[in-house]
Amino acid sequence: MEQQCINVIQTMAPCLTSSGVDPGLAQFISILIGVVLVALFPLVLVILLIWMERKVAARVQDRLGPNRVGPFGLFQNIADALKLIIKEDITPAGADRTIFNLAPIIATLSTTMMWAVIPFSPVNIGVDLSIGVLYFTAIGSIGTLAIMMAGWSSNNKYALLGAFRVVAALVSYEVPMVLALLVPVMIAGTLSMQSLVVAQQGMWFIVPAFVSALLFYISNLAETGRAPFDLIEAESELVAGYNIEYSGMKFGLFMANEFMHAFTANLLFAVIFLGGWSGPGATEVPLLGFIYLFLKTGALYIPSLILRATVPRVRIDQMMGFNWKFLVPVAIVNVVVVAFLLQVTKALGIAPVPGETDFLANLPQALVLFVGNLLTIAVALEMIRRFGRQARSETSGAAVVIAEAHDVPSAAH
Amino acid sequence: MLELNAQTIAFFIFALFALGGALGVVTSRNLIHGALYLIVSLFGGAGFFVLLSAPFMAVVQVLVYIGAIAILIIFAVMLTRGMTQMSEILNRQWWMSAIVGVLLFVMLGLGVILPVWGENGINPNRPVSDNVATTEDLGVALVDGNQYVLPFQVASLLLTGAMIGAIVLARDTE
Amino acid sequence: MSVVNEWAFIGVFMALAWVFPATPLLVSWIFRPRRANAIKMQTYECGVETVGDTWVQFKVQYYIYGLVFLVFDVELIFLFPWAMAYNQLDFFAFAAGLLFIFLLTDALIYAWRKNALEWA
Repeated sequence: MEQQCINVIQTMAPCLTSSGVDPGLAQFISILIGVVLVALFPLVLVILLIWMERKVAARVQDRLGPNRVGPFGLFQNIADALKLIIKEDITPAGADRTIFNLAPIIATLSTTMMWAVIPFSPVNIGVDLSIGVLYFTAIGSIGTLAIMMAGWSSNNKYALLGAFRVVAALVSYEVPMVLALLVPVMIAGTLSMQSLVVAQQGMWFIVPAFVSALLFYISNLAETGRAPFDLIEAESELVAGYNIEYSGMKFGLFMANEFMHAFTANLLFAVIFLGGWSGPGATEVPLLGFIYLFLKTGALYIPSLILRATVPRVRIDQMMGFNWKFLVPVAIVNVVVVAFLLQVTKALGIAPVPGETDFLANLPQALVLFVGNLLTIAVALEMIRRFGRQARSETSGAAVVIAEAHDVPSAAH
Repeated sequence: MLELNAQTIAFFIFALFALGGALGVVTSRNLIHGALYLIVSLFGGAGFFVLLSAPFMAVVQVLVYIGAIAILIIFAVMLTRGMTQMSEILNRQWWMSAIVGVLLFVMLGLGVILPVWGENGINPNRPVSDNVATTEDLGVALVDGNQYVLPFQVASLLLTGAMIGAIVLARDTE
Repeated sequence: MSVVNEWAFIGVFMALAWVFPATPLLVSWIFRPRRANAIKMQTYECGVETVGDTWVQFKVQYYIYGLVFLVFDVELIFLFPWAMAYNQLDFFAFAAGLLFIFLLTDALIYAWRKNALEWA
């Protein structure tokens, strides 16, 4: 029995039942403990994430960043949180109070709930739903609703405009994101997150589904409101966007949620395309899987921070055009190409048996798909180059000068 | 007959969401509130799908109805004027919709009660079918030439038609 | 775990996911100062008083984007079971999926040609 009690989430119930607790109650307690562990983790992690973001942004701009409170300024965010908690909270006159107060809670809820299906190690997963991939897409769409609620209830024209603009952009970028997810699902033949990771034991999906990985990364940048798609905080034209009227801890929740969401998106990328917890020795020592997963996520997260401090923001019309006229067509072509090549490899007999964990057995199919992906990229880039050339020849010289003057990277936050 | 276990409790909670939300939709004077109540109601529906062991349908309910249709409804509400103060809850056609509503309720009630009523009724505790279908089975059935491949394509055509129609209408109003 | 048990986890998660963000709000509600006055509670816009109603009529473009998204969303839902079962499907199934995606692309091309995708 000792052995069983190690893994809190999965084996708590039999462990408790064996020590004489009512089975139903034991089940409930084990679920409760699992939920508290999984749900609290991102909320604690976010303190570290904000610190990391500020440090990286500072380094990019040749500053030091927070360095006074605690070692390396680590406790700066705790101090900031205390300040936000004791700050006076202002609800604007004429605001729709119920919706106004619900919005930050729902925003946070949508991000924390995504963590329920993330496999941290071969044995540690909140719950391995059979439709996990769709689950986190669905939960993510609730976050969009929270932005709409916040912007609408503030009784502020800027907030409303900002919210509507952002919601239109967010729902648009959901299309290439979900289209990109079709490809790993097609290769693995499953929608469960844990099985997706297991299917990558032989070959990480970033190789056979390279275009999908890129599409997923780009649309996730937009979904989480990161640069260059950070129109969600439009301080240059709409004062601040949907959260102008929020102050104190309610604003703090929106801000914390933004960082949490960005990290979660990279975590999902690591799970779906970079093999999640898989790595040498991860099946024997679950803790190693946990470390691998977070190393992979960090390797994705830090570039996104540098990207944020580097690139300028796009305009809303460019953002929508980029999505509907570039990402979505590429995503559709990508699904068709991969579906075709999967049939071809099956016909040629080089497709691995489902569940094959050997690297070499997976290699031929992955290479064929990778070459197909590269071709897709080449065609897409050639088309966008032609489009750019055409657009440049259509605009007059003066317009080009103005456009170049606007290309100066936006100031730091 | 009614066993008080976690599933029954969950059923009643979801029923409360579904009915309370629906009541909120028809009684709110603010159209945006109505749209948000609708989301609560739809969420209750998603809960029912989970209780029926149809998680795929539950997720579709959240993804399509809450994530897309609710947002579309809010956008549509914002196309109207005076969406925050409806002066009257009822309009002139209220009695027509009342008749339709009552008829629908009676029909659904009959459809639910008759099969399990009396001598000829089936045993309510028996599952309707012993087949357990997964999402994967659905995928196979959708593109199987002997099963649903035609409805599958017709659905696509229908959606395309819906979009074309909507664009034509929306562009006209500009 | 059975299906319902799995979802019990999600249910409990959903209930608790309200509690965690609500706690700091509650703590803040206890400790924060309350010195509201009418001028402080004014809508924050450009420094001048706000003019007119906020909840005005919006343009139709938002609705069109929402609609295009909805159509794609529904189509993607149909494609997910297809993708999940793809490993066991034959070439006919690929063709069926291709036709489905082709009809989807049709709608996109139509919207593109009609300038419904322009933000203007």
